[in-house]
Amino acid sequence: MTTEKLISDDGIRNDGRKLDELRKIKFEIGVLKNTDGSAYVEWGRTKILVGVMGPRESHPKHLAMPDKARIDAFYRMASFSVEEWKSPAPSRRETELSKVIREALGPAVFTEYFPRTSIDIFIEVLQADGSTRCAAISAASLALVDAGIPMRDLVASIAVGKVEGQLVLDVQDKEDKEGESDMPMAYMPSKNAVTLLQMDGQITHDEFLRSIELLKKGCLDVYKMQKEAIEAHFKVNESNTEEA
Amino acid sequence: MNFEQRQLVVPGTLLAEGKYEAGFNVYRDADKYFASIVGLADLRNDLVSVIPLRGCYLPQPGDIVIGKVIECIPTAWMLDIRSPYQGVLFASEFLSKPLNPMREEARKYLDVGEMVIASVIAFDRTRNPSLSCRDHNLGKIQRGTVIDVDATRVPRIIGKKGSMIGMLKKESNTQIMVGQNGRVWISGKTRDEEAYVAAAVRKIADEAHTSGLTDRIREYLVSNRR
Repeated sequence: MTTEKLISDDGIRNDGRKLDELRKIKFEIGVLKNTDGSAYVEWGRTKILVGVMGPRESHPKHLAMPDKARIDAFYRMASFSVEEWKSPAPSRRETELSKVIREALGPAVFTEYFPRTSIDIFIEVLQADGSTRCAAISAASLALVDAGIPMRDLVASIAVGKVEGQLVLDVQDKEDKEGESDMPMAYMPSKNAVTLLQMDGQITHDEFLRSIELLKKGCLDVYKMQKEAIEAHFKVNESNTEEA
Repeated sequence: MNFEQRQLVVPGTLLAEGKYEAGFNVYRDADKYFASIVGLADLRNDLVSVIPLRGCYLPQPGDIVIGKVIECIPTAWMLDIRSPYQGVLFASEFLSKPLNPMREEARKYLDVGEMVIASVIAFDRTRNPSLSCRDHNLGKIQRGTVIDVDATRVPRIIGKKGSMIGMLKKESNTQIMVGQNGRVWISGKTRDEEAYVAAAVRKIADEAHTSGLTDRIREYLVSNRR
């Protein structure tokens, strides 16, 4: 264990960010050909590819619901996505994150428009450096938009951590592992609705309240970037004069 | 009203507040109206709607669709109509005589992979859409080319009162049938002829929301014609 400090005395983190500063985030939409909708995100060093298939006939059929579409998420990490080699077999963590992501996106989608069908969200983590679930949720909501699936709002997501006694926005891998706590949130900004809130570690009630404020601010920043990505993608497409 | 006509909106964009009506791809929450899909916002006589840029095809009774046979069952065929729901074409809606499954196979008339032009006779999302070929110009496709475009671009390929498709037919001398599900059938004298009309249709789909499109497509057809 190194004695390197994660936050310097003048409040700068070890990657040069301020306490409430996000990493560099770049969204791209419509990157895959064989899916109905897709998105790619580079969130600092975290890189994730998301493909959406559907709404389509539900397979297996007995899982289809008579009154709404079934949403399924498949979160998977590539073997090379982490520093140590990750076994390609599905892990407990991947299964859990799939469930968490599915439930974070579910409230945003008008599933009742497509009874008996399924909407599958495939999430491939190519490189992981913390906040993969947040990046995955944010990118997946863009892929759903690209697939033309009706939604109440975009879902933006970000995490707040407690590191060396201070609250930091957008937790990277090192801060997550060595910090005291980590709290990811997914949020629908124009509905002011939280669709995911998790926490591990320990914080005080006051810190929790301050975290929520910080999380909302972070989600709004992500939301702005999501909107910009959609506008950039569809504007370019509409003025496109080249043959497909 | 919270937007400019034909402004690009994303799901969750607040479109209007107060006395309006929710049209396509718009949902209401108390007295607020939000977009539910990515598209171009549109207001007409208090009706707020979003013209979709992406979306899947949902069958409506009366629609003409082009389907591909994916399964033959004793007295019906299952058709892929590029929708979340597969179409069902009963033998009685396709053949002029009854089909006895004990004596003959449905596959004899229509096999997997073949394309059919059909109309939707009923659909309510609780059952798969049922299709029919009992009308003029409907039935199995025997010749020509079928291409896929985004279903949201179909209105543009047809044009206002059929202006675009009328021009396409006139300038190219081919037969064209546009399925509401985003499949277009083109039949001409030669493959080359079909190919350049197909390219023109793809061009329409790609540039659907730009102005002066009909004239540009006409120029394109004229310059590619020999």
